[in-house]
Amino acid sequence: MNTPLDRVLVKAKSENRAALIAYIPAGFPSIEGCKRVIKVLADSGVDALEIGFPYSDPVMDGPTIQEAADISLRAGTGAAEVFETVKFAHEAGLPTVVMTYWNPIEKFGVEAFAKEMARNGGSGVITPDLTIEESREWKSATTSAGINTIFVVAPSTAEKRLGDVTAQCSGFVYAASLMGVTGARTTISSGAKDLVARIRTTTQTPVAVGLGVSTREQAKDVAGFADGVIVGSAFIKILLNAGDEETGLKEVSELARELALGVREGR
Amino acid sequence: MSTDEIPDQIGHFGPYGGRFVPEALIGALEELDLAHQSALADPLFQAELAHLHATYTGRPSILTEAKRFAEHAGGARILLKREDLNHTGSHKINNVLGQALLTKRMGKKRIIAETGAGQHGVASATAAALFGLECVVYMGEEDTRRQSLNVARMKILGAEVIPVTAGSRTLKDAINEAMRDWVTNVDTTHYLLGTVAGPHPFPTMVRDFHKIIGEEAKRQVLELVGRLPDAVLACIGGGSNAIGIFHDFIPDTQVRLIGFEAGGDGVETGRHAATITGGSPGVLHGTRSYVLQDANGQTIESHSISAGLDYPGVGPEHAYLHDIGRAEYRAITDAQAMEAFDLLSKTEGIIPAIESAHALAGAMIVGKELGPDAILLINLSGRGDKDVETAAHYFGIPL
Repeated sequence: MNTPLDRVLVKAKSENRAALIAYIPAGFPSIEGCKRVIKVLADSGVDALEIGFPYSDPVMDGPTIQEAADISLRAGTGAAEVFETVKFAHEAGLPTVVMTYWNPIEKFGVEAFAKEMARNGGSGVITPDLTIEESREWKSATTSAGINTIFVVAPSTAEKRLGDVTAQCSGFVYAASLMGVTGARTTISSGAKDLVARIRTTTQTPVAVGLGVSTREQAKDVAGFADGVIVGSAFIKILLNAGDEETGLKEVSELARELALGVREGR
Repeated sequence: MSTDEIPDQIGHFGPYGGRFVPEALIGALEELDLAHQSALADPLFQAELAHLHATYTGRPSILTEAKRFAEHAGGARILLKREDLNHTGSHKINNVLGQALLTKRMGKKRIIAETGAGQHGVASATAAALFGLECVVYMGEEDTRRQSLNVARMKILGAEVIPVTAGSRTLKDAINEAMRDWVTNVDTTHYLLGTVAGPHPFPTMVRDFHKIIGEEAKRQVLELVGRLPDAVLACIGGGSNAIGIFHDFIPDTQVRLIGFEAGGDGVETGRHAATITGGSPGVLHGTRSYVLQDANGQTIESHSISAGLDYPGVGPEHAYLHDIGRAEYRAITDAQAMEAFDLLSKTEGIIPAIESAHALAGAMIVGKELGPDAILLINLSGRGDKDVETAAHYFGIPL
């Protein structure tokens, strides 16, 4: 498999740095506003994009992403809007994955979802509540569509299970830095570094760290041991708090540029 | 192990069940599954639970024949399994005591629970007080308002009640919040899930703690009438009281098993909680089952006068029993349930929970279908004290 995501991770590695991966839910702050945010992220040093499929029952997400998902759902975001956003991001030059809870995929049709991702230029899908035991149909659909499957690994994942999960990952392995839900934290748990080291004993696939990263300093720390640094809630918080879209976009750009420096300072 | 064993080792009932959860919870679910398996095989654990049921819960719960009510049910014999007489007022205590013992067995000190009507929250707070565990109950803000008496009960019992303001502010959102807590505090905390839904092993484990209802009832019915009932009836939200009374009768294929879902304003109006009747297969809260969902797989809010049935999902074993045709599922509207609520109160001197009134309304229909020779066993899963305010508003009784 050789997706745009695979290629950007190889490129970052060749530059001896981590890749910066930004998260934004489709349809947030609005269907069109989301595209403007993506454009800004693409122009501010972000290497790859995660587009969230907003879901009614996001058990892995903290209050910030829940609020953004609610706004997006109220605006009527569904599968069509998610794929439209993937296409836009791909055309803006960003390797793009979708992060979605499982039920929207199942409802859309497992094979159809994988195909539609590929057709719109998407590189892969992160499935935070799909366990490997339930993933057989999905693996087969994504293999035929030629897209990456990214599963999440947690600090609590047992030794004997870790290799089974990472063996199912392509593109990258998503390492959850801590036991908890999404949201900016003031400190990044030391467990993240240990987890990444444990993951590397099982696989050559790149490892990206998510949950809690919001500053250049944290990005620098994580870039010291991971291949990718994922930032979501920090961008969303800016957009939720900004008085107007222009201010929000400006601050998103500033943060992205800072984080892009951070991922280059880690090694 | 044969491949067609139900459920299989990872909790599949045919295409339903399984585990759809964040990887962070897998360790805890495996630990729980092992604790449950070892407890099942441990005579000391079983003896401790049986002792608690005999001296604390009030088991076996009795069987009451409802002769005056039966006149409104086609003259069929109506036998009520009186789970309403359990300590804390519903069947919920069966599962809660079992899981509280497992919590101790796993060395955890804190339990969290979700609650809709408050019955499971009260039962959890009760068990926490009995075993000296810290207890946090998540409850939708809307439900804390509908069931304020139960909120007070939980607080008196020493539990912390956290109103959930996300989403529809009902049971489904309380479960989301409890799962977020669990992901964060899984090392110290057991999630005492209150129904036969959620990821494996919950549907199987909760069923195992409730199947005593059907085991007792079968003996009691045989003793009283000398034969098996023609049908076993129960209300269904998540489905714990129903699976509890159904389970021992599943091999008795001559016994019809009928679950009554909350039809709200009527399934055709879209304002209901009849998940099997009006939903479709999907994944919610860690399990695959029937779900009320839209074209994008987003959960649709459920509606019912009964907070305990107001849930857009249902346990995976019910989905399976439905698909293989072993159990039937029908919807009862708010109005039908309230008619049965009023009737049982006035004909038998028993105020049922509005949840259980759905099964009683079902008995009024099935009794007429089967006629006076039929024997119907109905799970009276809870008492109606908590619903007095709702009922007073409904019937225009000034408070």
